[in-house]
Amino acid sequence: MMKRRKRSTLSTYVYYLAMFVYFIVIMYPLYLMVVTSLKPNAEIFKNPLGPPRSFYLGNFITLISRANFNLYFLNSLVVVFVSLFCIIIFSSLAAFILAKHGFKGSTFLYSFFVAGLIIPIRLGTISILKMMIGFGLHDTLGSVILVSIATGIPFGIFILTDFIRMIPDDLMHAARIDGYSEPKIFSRIIIPLLLPAIASVAVVNFIPIWNDFWFPLILLKSQSVRTVPLATALLFGQFSTNYGHVFAMLTMASVPVVITYLIFSRWFLKGLTEGGLKG
Amino acid sequence: MGSNVLHTRRKWRKILFRLGFLLPALLIYTFILLIPIVDSMRLSFYTGSGLIPNTFIGFGNYIKIFTQEVFRERVWGAFTNNIKFFLIVTLLQNILGFFLAMAVTRPIKGAKFMRKISFLPTTLSVLVVGFLFRQILNPIWGILGNFPWLGNEHTALPTLAVAVSWQFIGESILLYTVGIDGIPIELLEAARIDGANWFQEMRHIILPAIMPIVGIVTLLIYVGDFTQFDIVYAMTTTSGNPRFKTDLFGSLFYRTAFSTPARGGWGMGMGAAVSTIMFVVVAFGVGIWFFVFQRKRDA
Repeated sequence: MMKRRKRSTLSTYVYYLAMFVYFIVIMYPLYLMVVTSLKPNAEIFKNPLGPPRSFYLGNFITLISRANFNLYFLNSLVVVFVSLFCIIIFSSLAAFILAKHGFKGSTFLYSFFVAGLIIPIRLGTISILKMMIGFGLHDTLGSVILVSIATGIPFGIFILTDFIRMIPDDLMHAARIDGYSEPKIFSRIIIPLLLPAIASVAVVNFIPIWNDFWFPLILLKSQSVRTVPLATALLFGQFSTNYGHVFAMLTMASVPVVITYLIFSRWFLKGLTEGGLKG
Repeated sequence: MGSNVLHTRRKWRKILFRLGFLLPALLIYTFILLIPIVDSMRLSFYTGSGLIPNTFIGFGNYIKIFTQEVFRERVWGAFTNNIKFFLIVTLLQNILGFFLAMAVTRPIKGAKFMRKISFLPTTLSVLVVGFLFRQILNPIWGILGNFPWLGNEHTALPTLAVAVSWQFIGESILLYTVGIDGIPIELLEAARIDGANWFQEMRHIILPAIMPIVGIVTLLIYVGDFTQFDIVYAMTTTSGNPRFKTDLFGSLFYRTAFSTPARGGWGMGMGAAVSTIMFVVVAFGVGIWFFVFQRKRDA
């Protein structure tokens, strides 16, 4: 008995130590990022690691007033919200059929969609660029939005089909007896019950769409349509030695995803673990 | 007769209703995600100087890649770098991820908080993480001394791999946490009553339970790493400095397909061939995972 207690306290200390070290390893770079963004350039050289002497906001102000960062922010928000809206609508429509109106081949169709979870869309980039030029969507936010929707649909259908399957059929039968049409059943009964799952789909998709750098880099050229990651990459070279500006930019690019994650982490982790483990 | 007409009409309405609901998702998914991948493979059999290669040359691009030294050197270099990169990331994320998951699943103070925090870096953009590490490895901050981690041919690639692992280890911890949480407490208690020590507990109960998760974690890393681009762009530029020692398939593909010849462009047809090779490599890994982990589960 005594021996066992000793072992468990020892392993608890080891785990505590591991968690502490890991905490520092995660937080220190993020701390440096935020702290440096709040210092004027001169202070960065004199005091690179310590906390800022005053909360200097000049770096952020320059980013917005001189580098148009507010415009890039707006572009990113447009891409994210239009894409999420379409992903949710299209996925829940399809999921409703796959879950409740199965037909010959619907199981295959479900697997066909879900296979998209593991297919890297980047491998089709050349052809996507060619197609966007053909549609006249090249160098518009529309091109990035279309790609984001296509990337988000597999996860949306995967989570939502699973969720709709759990809604009892009796509920739908009762509605049919009351004279509800199928579209009405979908909008009045299924969608309200689906909201928690929709929240998961939205939060899980928000992050990769906001962070996407590859497709904006390939598809967007004009300054007026740049998204935050693309602008960050292009301004990084321009600012080169103005470290305050660089770190303020990295901080600004991260704030929306970090806040979204911290607020919605419950839905987020739930959606991700379901996506990762059942797939 | 009348009821028959009504019946067919109802049947058609049902089909149309299903089709209408399925079509938006089906069209976008097929035309933006699937067909472009197949079409890119088709383009790998063409050559031409414009944006869209239009002269059919059969396996010409592939023959060039595998026989001419200038091309072969780069593709082989990216392939070997990518394998090293994948191995480092896989070891770090699986081993450290598993032990940290063991820590955060203990009923100890702060474990819940650490579960949440551990995922924080994963939510950031790879580009931001790359730029951030590139900056703080700079001698001004010098958190790892004055050594030129990204300038040295031996340390540059491992440095990139560590940065990526720093970011994505949260994903491994999350998946392992779910696996460990799923082990019935009675099983662990029974083992303890029988006097099993830490290693026996680990070997006979915990490891067998989390084997499928090792598969999923490794698969996610594999697909992510063999299409990785952002980290190279941010830390060592698209030419994979120093001297292509950090060039991965993603940066090779970007250069060959989308850069000017002066900056390493090979033309769209060759770029399509590179992305087709990437597809084969990714499909190979997914295939192995499927046979090793999925088939066993179905049986």
